[in-house]
Amino acid sequence: MSDIHIDRNVLRDLQEVMEEGYVCLLETFLDDSDKRLSQLHEAKSALELGHAAHSFKGSSSNMGALALAALCQQLEARVKQQPLYGIEDLINQIDREYEVVRHLYAEERHRVSIG
Amino acid sequence: MPDAVLTVLIAEDSATDRMLLARIVSKQGHAVLTAENGEQAVALFAEQRPQLVLLDALMPVMDGFEAARQIKALAGEALVPIIFLTSLSEEEALVRCLEAGGDDFLAKPYSPVILAAKIKAMDRLRRLQATVLEQRDQIARHHHHLLNEQRVAKAVFDKVAHAGCLSSPNIRYLQSPYALFNGDLLLAAFTPSGDMHVLLGDFTGHGLPAAVGAMPLAEVFYGMTAKGYGLAETLREMNAKLKRILPVDMFCCALLLNLSFSRRMVEVWNGGMPDGYVLDTDGGEPLPLVSRHLPLGVLAPERFDDSTQVLPLALGQRLFLLSDGVVDTSDDNDQLFGVERLRRVLVANRQPELLFEEVLGALEAFRGCCRDDVSLLEIGIVDPDALSPPPMTYSDSGQCAPLDWSSQFEFRADTLKRFNPLPYLLQLLQEIHGLRTQSGALHSVLNELYSNALEHGVLGLDSALKRDARGFAEYYRQRNERLQALNSGYIRLRLRVEPQGLGGRLIIEVEDSGKGFDVNKVLGRPLVEQGLYGRGLNLIRRLSRHVEWADEGRRVCVEFTWEALA
Repeated sequence: MSDIHIDRNVLRDLQEVMEEGYVCLLETFLDDSDKRLSQLHEAKSALELGHAAHSFKGSSSNMGALALAALCQQLEARVKQQPLYGIEDLINQIDREYEVVRHLYAEERHRVSIG
Repeated sequence: MPDAVLTVLIAEDSATDRMLLARIVSKQGHAVLTAENGEQAVALFAEQRPQLVLLDALMPVMDGFEAARQIKALAGEALVPIIFLTSLSEEEALVRCLEAGGDDFLAKPYSPVILAAKIKAMDRLRRLQATVLEQRDQIARHHHHLLNEQRVAKAVFDKVAHAGCLSSPNIRYLQSPYALFNGDLLLAAFTPSGDMHVLLGDFTGHGLPAAVGAMPLAEVFYGMTAKGYGLAETLREMNAKLKRILPVDMFCCALLLNLSFSRRMVEVWNGGMPDGYVLDTDGGEPLPLVSRHLPLGVLAPERFDDSTQVLPLALGQRLFLLSDGVVDTSDDNDQLFGVERLRRVLVANRQPELLFEEVLGALEAFRGCCRDDVSLLEIGIVDPDALSPPPMTYSDSGQCAPLDWSSQFEFRADTLKRFNPLPYLLQLLQEIHGLRTQSGALHSVLNELYSNALEHGVLGLDSALKRDARGFAEYYRQRNERLQALNSGYIRLRLRVEPQGLGGRLIIEVEDSGKGFDVNKVLGRPLVEQGLYGRGLNLIRRLSRHVEWADEGRRVCVEFTWEALA
């Protein structure tokens, strides 16, 4: 069920690569993602919105957050087509998806740190 | 080869991706530098000079495209591979990455395996470029070194070559500065009697090998010319020396001249050079000086042919010599410029001083550009007084000149055929320091006495034959023929040196086995009528202090005197 949100194979690989830095990576992602979300909400132009979506897509995909990355990609593509009518709906979907994965990554951090 | 340890710069604004990538790269054994934007990346690059850069395309402050351009500019000639980190999917954006100087891409999500392979591939490229640069620099250094060696060789050679008289007012020449390394060689020097020896040579090959033979050739040329040897002896020595020292596939085409301005004649030997020409003042048909011999250094000494061709000259005539760069110039269709085109240029020439320019102009028009391996030489026939042979230089201290001796020689048929005793006798006479200021006159007079005794006395040749150009050639043809057939006759030569007050005198007596001649009749002719054939006797009378004929012209006695040395 959580596998539609996060690719567990990716997490396993990340842990293997990062070793003791894995927890730090999870925390950095959560931190980073909060900033990206603010950028999405505060964007003053289609260009800013596109850049934020692009960056968020990149880190989400690296972290195995497949659904989130896919939504970000939709957004990145959508901002290139004026008018931006209905785009809030897409941003809200990203908000909701992130809310889900945030919990999953927090759990993962907890799981690892109590070892 | 073990994988190289590189310093890798990672520029990525997402902290997550940066952390992950730094970890992947350092786990592969490389040192990592990280930057959050393009500006930081450029500053870090300038400071730390990493060997490879991983660059995110979209970054705040300065994006990856601009950072890539600045990093490539800072890297200069060295290849610093840049791999763009991107999930950009549009073609246009990928093209921008390459245009900004990117060498490859890495897509997100990152795959450690693919990244490792890409770093390895980029490192190979980087090393290849470094090797190419290193070899290029090495070649440049070698080239520089070679040029320097050529400069030194040329400077040394120029000292040798310019020991001669190429700067005489009646000589004009054109040679590319590095003609020596095209194998072209141009030498000229006065003989002790004021004649001029000239050599235009062309060694096979190019570069240093072609230049190597020039030095010994020049040494022989100057050494033997200064000692009064004729063309035949000098040619023999040159040929033997080159034959001995050069590899078989190397030899020297050469055209040699012995120009006598006082007797107005030229002796020519051409071995493999293009025709030289005698040019008239009135633009008539040029008279070619054709090659009749193999080049120097080809034949063994016993098979070498030193026979020369003798031609009369008139005041104002010019001798024109050239290297094969002229006639062998080919156009776009591999057609040669050739002798006929050159002849037309020579005939069309109206202003002698423009001849070189006209020849070069014709070559340029023919070929579309000029070559740098053309040698041209022009010698004007002038009055001997217009030339000033340099004083002879001696290497002894000037002390201990022998002053009181006499010596007598008799040269008989077999010797006369193949041996010229004059250089040896002149060497001997050079030991008398008081005579050195008159050595030019002494050489001329002795030469003249000897050739009179040989040609008119022993060989019985009629000097009247030489009244016109055709007779002149006939005269020298007969001279060779009779000399080859000679089986009797002699020339006796007596030298007497005596002190006289604080100075001294030299008496030269030459006697031959010939029929003699009517001295008074010959000397009584007006100068004009003496023309081509009366110069010898007048020369003798003009140059020596006292001259006297005896025994019906078979014996002649000449005296030179000198005062106390300062």
